[in-house]
Amino acid sequence: MGIATAVNTHLRALPTWPVYLAGLIPLAWVIWLVMSGGIGVDPIKGIEHRLGKIALWFLLGGLVITPLRRLIGVNLIRYRRAVGLLAFFYVTLHLVTWLVLDMELLWRQAFNDLYKRPYLLFGIIGFVLLLILALTSNTASIRKLGRNWRRVHWLVYPAVSLGVVHYLWQMKVISQEGWIWAGALVVLLGLRLMPWLRSRLFSRQRPI
Amino acid sequence: MPPKTRQPNAPLIRSRKPDALGWADVTPKAQFLNRRQLMAAGAAGLGAIAAPGLLKAASPYSTDAEANTLKEITSYNNFYEFGWDKGDPAAIADQLTTDPWSIEIAGMVDKPGTYDIADITKTAPIEERIYRFRCVEAWSMVIPWNGFQLSALLDRVGVQSGAKYVAFQTLLRPDEMPGQRAGGIDWPYVEGLRLDEAMNPLTLLATGIYGEPMPNQNGAPIRLVVPWKYGFKSIKSIVKITLTDTQPPTTWNILQPREYGFYANVNPTVDHPRWSQATERRIGGGLFGARQETFMFNGYGDEVADMYAGMDLAKNY
Ligand code: HEM
Repeated sequence: MGIATAVNTHLRALPTWPVYLAGLIPLAWVIWLVMSGGIGVDPIKGIEHRLGKIALWFLLGGLVITPLRRLIGVNLIRYRRAVGLLAFFYVTLHLVTWLVLDMELLWRQAFNDLYKRPYLLFGIIGFVLLLILALTSNTASIRKLGRNWRRVHWLVYPAVSLGVVHYLWQMKVISQEGWIWAGALVVLLGLRLMPWLRSRLFSRQRPI
Repeated sequence: MPPKTRQPNAPLIRSRKPDALGWADVTPKAQFLNRRQLMAAGAAGLGAIAAPGLLKAASPYSTDAEANTLKEITSYNNFYEFGWDKGDPAAIADQLTTDPWSIEIAGMVDKPGTYDIADITKTAPIEERIYRFRCVEAWSMVIPWNGFQLSALLDRVGVQSGAKYVAFQTLLRPDEMPGQRAGGIDWPYVEGLRLDEAMNPLTLLATGIYGEPMPNQNGAPIRLVVPWKYGFKSIKSIVKITLTDTQPPTTWNILQPREYGFYANVNPTVDHPRWSQATERRIGGGLFGARQETFMFNGYGDEVADMYAGMDLAKNY
């Protein structure tokens, strides 16, 4: 536990705003690629795909925080809100890129696509769930919702799962990288589910 | 918001005078890379730099739409033998050995056998065809191919009377094509056409782009180009052509029969489960305004629609 405690002590001195700032580095990188031409000959897909991938990193990164504390004692809980909001920020940019640059605001085709293409449907439902989470990611909401706040924020699991399914579904053939993301999600969900299952089984056995 | 302006429904194939110039004739190689600036220079400028000795008839089948740059054409490729990313082929396809190369011509032909590529390309004079290219992923380019009509090769080898289809096969060489070592697709890539489609004057065996030998990532040394069908029909790096009387299996159709049909004609009215086909994004169109309307048969209806008369194209997608 020595290292974990040392890390925790050091982190206690660090405020959360640098995390938000650092979270903008990937955006700066995408902008740099666009300006320098490094984004490739199809800048629209280049931006759309990169933003989606960055969102995925933040979403799964957010899911790592709780098990990290439980399993090795490193406490990053203070930064969880920042990571979650950054994830939402990138998903939103990803959605806006699709609507404005890719679909060019052809609303009818866009709406048709949304419900006709399962991968987009998964994506948009994931986005709506994340929107609910983002809107309630503030101290006032936590206070107001009380015990219900934790229930609402369980939505993060279906939200991230939908994001990953959306990512896998948009591939013509699921690539090796796709399976790695899917595997990571399953492991993270498993880590979260296990203590819950154990406690349920345990509490059910007691009355007998 | 004002209504979006679309390209007018103008004729899609240019009616160029026979003595008009092809790009390869008038464009010094260095300037291939800079087509847009060249366009801005205007037609008069083009005439001025043309070397008189190089004049050659332009194909009436060519479009006069602005062609994509060589960089765009050679750095944005779906060639899954080299990886899933569109940048993968440009990055690693140079490891492909294309010399020696031969094509086995088999099945219902009078002169079956293995033909050397040097022999194949002597079948007919190489000409330039500037075609629109429409991917099933709803993006498009305009590409100045060099090649000759597949019909010339089929005539040369003698198609027997019972033959109804032409099957094509891509090279299988996993040690040079890393995508073939990964799973997902049952290699080698195979494609096919109905015989009348194969004999259509638009159907090309392409050996180059912009007057250069075919870049490896675009399907060196020889590939099919069927401009009224989605790009995956235009099979690359061909090693075998077989004439048959039964419809040949095709790779994407085997993989996802609901998504990819045998015909795969460009058709804005038949939706793909994954991509709406009503519009397409023109590569090279920049960040804004790259989306344009998709035309039936990719705009080649005058040349090909007859072949599908009476067919339900929603069923035979
Ligand atoms: C939960 C939130 C979401 C996540 C995590 C996510 C993530 C991703 C990822 C990782 C990719 C593939 C990037 C690549 O191949 O490198 C992708 C593609 C895409 N996403 Fe999302 N996405 C989300 C929501 C949405 C929403 C709400 C929309 C629009 C309604 C959308 C539209 C698209 C489109 C159009 C593509 C590209 C598909 C293609 O090129 O064929 N996504 N997304």
